[in-house]
Amino acid sequence: MGLDTAKPLSTLHEKASYDVADFAVPTGREEEWRFTPLSRLKGLHEGVAASANVVVHVDAAPEVTVETVGRDDARLGRAYVPADRVSAQAYASFEKATVITVAREAVASTPTVVTLTGSGRGAAYGHTVVKLEPMAEAVVVLDHQGSALYADNVEFVVGEGATLKVISLQDWADDAVHVSHHHALLAKDATFRSFVVTLGGDLVRLSPSVSYSGPGGDAELNGLYFVDAGQHLEHRLLVDHSRPDCRSNVDYRGALQGQDAHAVWIGDVIIRVEAEGTDTYELNRNLLLTDGARADSVPNLEILTGEVTGAGHASTSGRLDDEHLFYLQARGIPYEDARRLVIRGFFAQLVEKIEVSELRERVLARVEAELEK
Amino acid sequence: MSDTSRVPSGSTLEIRDLHVNVADKEILRGVNLTVRAGETHAIMGPNGSGKSTLAYAIAGHPKYTVTGGQVLLDGVDLLELTVDERARAGLFLAMQYPVEVPGVSVSNFLRTAVTSVRGEAPKLRQFAKDLKSGMDALSIDAAFAQRNVNEGFSGGEKKRHEILQLELLKPKIAVLDETDSGLDVDALRVVSEGINRFRSNGETGVLLITHYTRILRYVKPDFVHVFSAGRIVEQGGPELAERLENEGYEAYTKASA
Ligand SMILES: Nc1ncnc2c1ncn2[C@@H]1O[C@H](COP(=O)(O)OP(=O)(O)OP(=O)(O)O)[C@@H](O)[C@H]1O
Ligand SMILES: [Mg+2]
Repeated sequence: MGLDTAKPLSTLHEKASYDVADFAVPTGREEEWRFTPLSRLKGLHEGVAASANVVVHVDAAPEVTVETVGRDDARLGRAYVPADRVSAQAYASFEKATVITVAREAVASTPTVVTLTGSGRGAAYGHTVVKLEPMAEAVVVLDHQGSALYADNVEFVVGEGATLKVISLQDWADDAVHVSHHHALLAKDATFRSFVVTLGGDLVRLSPSVSYSGPGGDAELNGLYFVDAGQHLEHRLLVDHSRPDCRSNVDYRGALQGQDAHAVWIGDVIIRVEAEGTDTYELNRNLLLTDGARADSVPNLEILTGEVTGAGHASTSGRLDDEHLFYLQARGIPYEDARRLVIRGFFAQLVEKIEVSELRERVLARVEAELEK
Repeated sequence: MSDTSRVPSGSTLEIRDLHVNVADKEILRGVNLTVRAGETHAIMGPNGSGKSTLAYAIAGHPKYTVTGGQVLLDGVDLLELTVDERARAGLFLAMQYPVEVPGVSVSNFLRTAVTSVRGEAPKLRQFAKDLKSGMDALSIDAAFAQRNVNEGFSGGEKKRHEILQLELLKPKIAVLDETDSGLDVDALRVVSEGINRFRSNGETGVLLITHYTRILRYVKPDFVHVFSAGRIVEQGGPELAERLENEGYEAYTKASA
C-alpha cells in the first residue's frame, strides 16, 4: 500500500477473463475463496451443467425497454469481464439474457421490478444488463425468491449524467445458493446508488463492483444483511477508482444470530495513479446477537496516488451494547422490545438512504419480519 | 409483582444494609435509607464515594453486583426484579450520564416507554399533546422529538430530556443522579421546576444526588445525607447542605478512612 510510482499497479483483482479455463478450480486456499465454504456451492465452481431455470419476470416502467436476448447480443459483456471462476462459468453458461434499456434523457416514472424466481434443485445461470443512456434516470429492483442454485452476472451501464438506483433483494428460500457479480460502469458525472438486502439462502456470495470511465462519477453502495443460524452471507465489494474526481461510499451493516451464522464482508478500494481528487469511504458494521455467530470483515484500501480528497475505512463487529439496553429497560421497556429497538436503530440510518419511500417501506417490512423470527 | 401493598397515600422505598461490588471491589458497604412519599432526600458526598453506584444498583445495572441487603419498594424486593420490571414497579433513575441510543428517535422511545409503563399504548393524540406540553415546559425544542435519543445532545439537553421522561412516566420514586451538574442557571431553574411538578402531588418520593446546594435552593430537601466511602455517615436537615458546601467533606472522609 502507499505511494509507489515506479510500480503503479494494484494487487487487487487484476485478473479478468470471459474464458472459464483462465481460472483454476478454487481449492479454498485462494485469498478470494478462503472464506467461502466450497462444498456448499454444489458444484458452481466446478462447472456443474445447467439443469434448472430461474424464471425472470420484469414489471417495467413505461419509459423502459425490456428485451430477452440470446448469447450473441452485442450489448452483453461490454461493461464487465468475469473476475473469478464462477462468474466466468455463469458467463459461459447462460442461455438467455435480460437487457433493460432506458433511453437518452428518459426518466422512468416508476421502479422497474425484476423478479427472479428459483424453482428447483438443479443449477441455473443468468445474465442481466441494465443500460441507462446519457441523462436517463431509473430505479430498478432485483427481487430474488424461491429455491435455486444460481450463478449470474449483472451489468449496470450508467451513461453520462445518468442516475441509476438499484435495490437487490436476496430473499431466497433457506436452501438456495446464489453466487453473483454486480458490476457498475459509470460514465462522466453518472450517479449510481446500490442497496443490497440479503436475508435468505443457505449461501449467498454477492460481489458488487464499480468502475469509472470518466470523471465526476458518484457511487454509493449500501448493504444490509441478516444472518440466521447456519447461513453464509458474503459480500465482496470492489471500487476501482481509475479516473479523477470520482466519489464512492460503501456502508454495509449486518446482524447475525444463531449457531454458525457467518457473514463475510470484503471491501476493496483501489485509487489508481490517474484517480486524483478521489473521495472514498467504506464502512462495515456487524452486530453479533448471539454466541456461535461469526463475522469476517476485511477492508482493503490501496492508494496509488498522493492526490486524494478523502479516503478512509472503518470496520466494527460487536455485541448489542449493554448500556443501550439498560437505558431502555430502565424506562420500563422489556428486554425483547429494547433489543428490537436497538437493532432497528442500527439499520435505521442505512434504510433511510433508500430514497423511494415505497421501497424503503418494503425493506423495513422484511427487516421487521426477520426481527420477529 | 403485587400492587396490593401500596398504600393510597403514596409509596416507600426502603434500602436496608445494601452492599454492592463493582468488578469484585466492595463499593457500597451497608447503606440504610428510607424514602417515603412526599419526602425529598438529598445525598451529598465526595467524588468516588459511591453515590452513582447506589443509584445504578437500585435500578439494576448489570455492572453492579449486590452482595447483601435489600431494596424494597412498597414491600416488593426490587432486587428480585429485572431492570424493566423495576421501572414498571414505579422506580425511575435520571442518570448522571444519559446514554446515546443511535437510530432510536426520542418520540418513538418515549412512546414505547410510556406504553410499557402504563401497560397500554397511549392515545396517539393525547400522547402528542402531553409530549408537546412536557417539552414546552422544559424549553426543549420540538425538533428534538425526531432526533435520536441523547445523540449529540449537550449536557444540559440530556438532563432536560431525563426530566421530560420523569414527568411522562410518573414513577413513584425518582432517583436523580447529579441532574443539576452541567446546567446553566436558566436550565437549572427549568429542570428544578420539572422536579417540583413531579413531587407536587405529595405521593412521590425523590432521592436527589448532588454536589451543590445550588439545586437545593429550588428543590428543597427534607433530609440531607452525607455519603462517604460507600455508606451514609451523617444525616440532617437542609442546614447540613449549607455546612457541607462551606466546609467540604474532609471531616467525613477522614472519619471513614
Ligand atoms: N468498573 C469499575 N471497576 C472498578 N472500580 C469501579 C468501576 N466502576 C466504578 N468504580 C469505582 O467505584 C467507586 C464509586 O464510583 P461512583 O461512580 O459510584 O462514585 P460517585 O460518588 O457517583 O462519584 P461522582 O461524584 O464522581 O459522580 C469509584 O471509586 C469508582 O472508581
Ligand atoms: Mg456519580
